[in-house]
Amino acid sequence: MRKWIIAAALSVAFPAMAADIGLIKVSKGSVQIQRGAEKMVAAVGSGVQASDVIVTGADGSAGITFTDNSLVSVGPNSVFAIDKYHFDTTTHQGEFEGNLKQGRLAAISGKMVKQSPESMKVRTPSAIMGVRGTEFVIQVGEKTN
Amino acid sequence: MKLSIYLALAALAALAALCAGCATAPKHVAPELFAVVPGADGHVGAIVVHTEGDTRVIDSAYGAERISSDGTREMTRLTADEVRDTFGATLAALPGKPTSFVLYFLEGKDELTAESKVEMEKVFSELKRRPLPDIMVIGHTDSVGSMTSNDRLSLARAERMRELMIGLGIPAERIQAAGRGKRELLVPTEDSVSEPRNRRVEISVR
Repeated sequence: MRKWIIAAALSVAFPAMAADIGLIKVSKGSVQIQRGAEKMVAAVGSGVQASDVIVTGADGSAGITFTDNSLVSVGPNSVFAIDKYHFDTTTHQGEFEGNLKQGRLAAISGKMVKQSPESMKVRTPSAIMGVRGTEFVIQVGEKTN
Repeated sequence: MKLSIYLALAALAALAALCAGCATAPKHVAPELFAVVPGADGHVGAIVVHTEGDTRVIDSAYGAERISSDGTREMTRLTADEVRDTFGATLAALPGKPTSFVLYFLEGKDELTAESKVEMEKVFSELKRRPLPDIMVIGHTDSVGSMTSNDRLSLARAERMRELMIGLGIPAERIQAAGRGKRELLVPTEDSVSEPRNRRVEISVR
């Protein structure tokens, strides 16, 4: 009985937790957000949520602002997954784990990294990169231009 | 009979050689590149690249770590041109950095000072450059007057700016306005002190 109540409470609480953690501010060419089984066009103004995957085509690029003011852009032919993201606006503590599976990424870290260095990480197939601040770029895969 | 033993031995040896080969053969990985880029203000940060059994700190402008497709790693330095060639389209998609502006008002009014009216043009053109701005306008007053009247005045200042921005074509729902009255003095003063620097709005844009 108690388990059912917890499950019911969780199912009610969960949609509220899937809040936007970022916003697509720049979208050029083909850009998609994959959320679970759903795929949608990432237009300027689309919300970004934790565990979203941003996928760009050969002509695509996208720029995202996150709630801690960090900025991330993804270049053409890229796959970038947001594995974890949370940020406390009061303490500025948080965790940002991205995963660049393929392609190119540029970023400027925000308040979270200022508060605690390396709270923002980007995984790649061969490495884990911690961010101490501020601006950096990553490429995974062959040069295509 | 003897021949079949030799053949079997030869086959075993070949198999062993093959296995040794697969153990030492470099596994093919996608090449990777990590680099620190100086910011628009010249600030150079640092990244830390953790790979299997190795940690490298990169903290110089265009300093980079390269992982080749055979798995070898080297620290290197890129040129600004190389970064532009490889990451041009990517860097171009970075949204504008969140920033803030302060505009000042005439005493007791929701009207900007002459200097701030000039400054306002620059601020508004910067706001209009952003495709989808999130704007927060917070009004403040100096410490002359009651709490209530200053709360009203600070909100009026913020609302006035908000209306001007809407007039410029920025969607209303993207702009929030609030008044902080005399609670957040930029220049700390006693109560009832006329201080021009405290009569202001702060405009933050993301």
